[in-house]
Amino acid sequence: MADNQQLFQFLLRMGDNTLILGHRVSEWCGHSPILEEDIALANTALDLIGQTQMWLELAGEVQGEGKSADDLAFLRDVWDFRNVLLTEVPNGDFGRTMMRQFLFDAWHSIMLGRLLKSSDSRIAEIAAKASKEVAYHLERSGDTVVGLGDGTEESHARMQEALDYLWPYVGEMFASDDIDAAMVQAGIAPDPAGLRDEYDALVGRFLTEATLTIPDNNWAHKGGRTGAMHTEHLGHLLTQMQWLQRAYPGASW
Amino acid sequence: MEQPSVEQVWEWLDAVPDPEIPVISLVDLGIIRDVAWEGETLTVAVTPTYSGCPATSIINMDIETALRGHGIEKLELKRQLSPPWTTDWLSDKGRARLEEYGIAPPQPAGGPTRCPHCGGTHLEKLSQFGSTPCKAQWRCRDCLEPFDYFKCI
Ligand SMILES: [Zn+2]
Repeated sequence: MADNQQLFQFLLRMGDNTLILGHRVSEWCGHSPILEEDIALANTALDLIGQTQMWLELAGEVQGEGKSADDLAFLRDVWDFRNVLLTEVPNGDFGRTMMRQFLFDAWHSIMLGRLLKSSDSRIAEIAAKASKEVAYHLERSGDTVVGLGDGTEESHARMQEALDYLWPYVGEMFASDDIDAAMVQAGIAPDPAGLRDEYDALVGRFLTEATLTIPDNNWAHKGGRTGAMHTEHLGHLLTQMQWLQRAYPGASW
Repeated sequence: MEQPSVEQVWEWLDAVPDPEIPVISLVDLGIIRDVAWEGETLTVAVTPTYSGCPATSIINMDIETALRGHGIEKLELKRQLSPPWTTDWLSDKGRARLEEYGIAPPQPAGGPTRCPHCGGTHLEKLSQFGSTPCKAQWRCRDCLEPFDYFKCI
């Protein structure tokens, strides 16, 4: 049986991924290349933040210290975040943002698919809700990666550059540790390492159609989901995301 | 006051418009999952459409305002996540009203069957996402008008 502390860490990993990526994607609001993309990105961010509320609310409950989802989102510092590094890297150009979204959506859809069968019914319920939304995210980010990859010379070059830059952040999503082992043993969540083949097949299918080349090197930046070391970008993101609660503690609408 | 029947409460709720698409009611939308009396307290189970839908809190407020207006004093709103909301729960009345309003109702095939303006069938998708999380943007190549499609989920 997994103890609550381990379950709490697992829930933070799920909720921090969607929180940090949701915040990153929301940075595009009002800046996208065209109106339809602006709306699509804003809606994707909204879904991710909504999912964050469910994950972090449950995390707070499991932690048992009376913390709300908002407390966990706005009052923790960098070292307490458990998102994978992929979600915190800066947006770059539109192509890199969509490539990051695609690489995350592919993992997210597979992970949520497994969590539907979680032995913890609270987790299975959240996964059932979120997986319907993520199916749309993946459809859109996948189509966009194909459209831009197999597009003009310029768009192709930028998408290849985005893939080369982001690929070293993919491996962390599949790096298992003792928390994952505890989740597997309790039937709560799958072993991330066991999702890799399905991921490679899914991602490979889209990237081939996009005429893009996956880098040979599978070396991976790690440290986000364990909290050992985030990139320097997360602190900057948090100063923006959390400033209101820090400047005016307890402020509410 | 005498406890109103559950049927009566459903009727009242069917008069509460969706805040974003006011031609359909919350009952039409299929998000009211249960109405029951637990002793003196009326409980209403509501399921969110999309987890991040900003209308969710407005919807809860509208339900509360409407029921308090009908004299309900002890009221508890419950969030019910499971089973997750599906567009299969849209009522037939709701689907017809959506189309009259210019929004193509959801289809199992994953796209609109006809243009809500002219009935044309030459349609193209502009974007998977529209003005609200539940809608996508499409265009009719017969009358050249854009329209919203209520996504199937
Ligand atoms: Zn038409």
